[in-house]
Amino acid sequence: MQFEKLSLLELRQKLDNKEISSVELTKYFLDRIKARNPELNAFITITEDQALKQAEEADAFIAEPGGNFALTGIPFAAKDLFNTKGIKTTAASKILENYISPYDATVISKLKEQKAVLLGKTNLDQFAHGSSGETSYFGATKNPWDKERMPGGSSSGSAAAVAAGISPWALATETGGSIRQPASLTGISGWKPTYGRVSRYGVAAMASSLDSMGAVANSVKELALIAEAISGHDPKDATTGSQEVGEYLKNLNTDLKGLKVGIPKEYFIDGMHPEVKASVEAAIKELEKQGAELVEVSLPNTKYGSLVYAIVCPSEVSSNLARYDGIRYGHSSSEAQNLEEVYELSRAEGFGDEAKRRIMTGTYVLSAGYYDAYYKKAQRVRRLILDEFETIFKQVDVLACPSVPNVAPKLGHAANDPLFGYIADQLNIPASLAGLPALSVPCGFAKPEDGQTDMPVGLQIIGPQWGEQVVFNVGAAYQEVTDFHTRKPQK
Amino acid sequence: MLSVEEVKKVAKLSRIKLSDQEVEKFRQDLSSVLDYVGDLQKVDTEGLDIVANVTGLENIDRQDQAVDSPNQEQILDNAPDSKDGYYKVHSIL
Repeated sequence: MQFEKLSLLELRQKLDNKEISSVELTKYFLDRIKARNPELNAFITITEDQALKQAEEADAFIAEPGGNFALTGIPFAAKDLFNTKGIKTTAASKILENYISPYDATVISKLKEQKAVLLGKTNLDQFAHGSSGETSYFGATKNPWDKERMPGGSSSGSAAAVAAGISPWALATETGGSIRQPASLTGISGWKPTYGRVSRYGVAAMASSLDSMGAVANSVKELALIAEAISGHDPKDATTGSQEVGEYLKNLNTDLKGLKVGIPKEYFIDGMHPEVKASVEAAIKELEKQGAELVEVSLPNTKYGSLVYAIVCPSEVSSNLARYDGIRYGHSSSEAQNLEEVYELSRAEGFGDEAKRRIMTGTYVLSAGYYDAYYKKAQRVRRLILDEFETIFKQVDVLACPSVPNVAPKLGHAANDPLFGYIADQLNIPASLAGLPALSVPCGFAKPEDGQTDMPVGLQIIGPQWGEQVVFNVGAAYQEVTDFHTRKPQK
Repeated sequence: MLSVEEVKKVAKLSRIKLSDQEVEKFRQDLSSVLDYVGDLQKVDTEGLDIVANVTGLENIDRQDQAVDSPNQEQILDNAPDSKDGYYKVHSIL
């Protein structure tokens, strides 16, 4: 039995019917990780012992009457940005290379309560700073469709692990495209929640006004199930909303009759890969065939999204990364002769170039004399972007557009380009700035200009604030009539 | 283009020691990011409020009560240096 081909719902049934145990399932995926990880570099840490122990506990729980939550006994992986008690939590950085977290992130606690089984911690761009996976201190992750290509990032390992079928699903995080972009480049489904839908507590902070914890999986239905499990108000994260978490899976409505789908023309940019454009347009036609009404809309401030992000994100990064001081935890320089040098050398040795670049950019634009011109200006333009979305969502129910204008570039393209991420994520960033929920779902393949292997293309679906249900509805409706989400790379 | 002195100042404020070679590298990098965002200055934002957060939430209070937290030992295990339950640092004066 190839368990990587089964959905989480099918795995649930098999576990509940005692056709397979959680221990067997966990061993199956651990074996797959061990076989495939050396070439993919999707995992930083494999938590075999803890996973088998958790699986035994899950089996005991399943044996009890009523002992089954949606994710009980089902293995998953977590981006190595989520704190996991007693397990290394590195943020793919040198500065946290040996950091063992003394506590669990709220999302991890919720999954522990469900008795889900953690297989390990996945690779990412260092501190989630990047869109290629290349900035990891532990080396780049490879795209399972073509190992000369990047899987996208920053949730590079989570996306590659699900695409390669070595984890049934994975936790991921997004600040400005870090779920949707790698999901698109690896041909899987990714959910970026409404800001404040999922607790940020215990996840290494990048840009606190944008950070959103979500997931990648093989289908939108599965994402709906995961969303129910990890969403909700958390007293430990004051920015989580108290809006009730919907029964997203049970309430899935894939009848699109009468639904208004906006097509924002600014998202079909010049220089877009023609086959990507064709795939996305074909996907939008499918939605129309299913009864949706297509409405062409305009979001003229889209072009400013990446520019606003290039100021807001480094500003918040410079503040959040000030905590790495070489004293309380993390790398501490052995060369330091005094307190000042402990800070300066520990940070110089412990951070990679991308983190340094963002910290210094942020420090510069927040410094006296520049704050108004850069930071406040950016936050005002952000208001324009928010207002624009708000107006559009009075006219349409969702927006449909490309996730990424291209397919996965070859590894090495991001190195030494300080603007790579801002451009790679230009179609994802506006929704992030507005805190909106969005999906990327596989919608076809396109041949790269510099290669022969067809690479996946993603359709992006953006919803109004707290509109998780409608984006899940549209994504699931699309997957009912297409099979791109079931196609997997050859080994 | 930022000057060498401006990069050194921002590195100092960021508490990151840079070599001369790195100063030059980040001078180029930071300048290219600042060029990239230049078009924002052209946008008319007269009368617009800044976006501090997107949730609409404000002033979330909680009771000032002690709650359980991971024990001191586990936390200090991650410290590069500690003594008698305290973080140990170089002398400051």
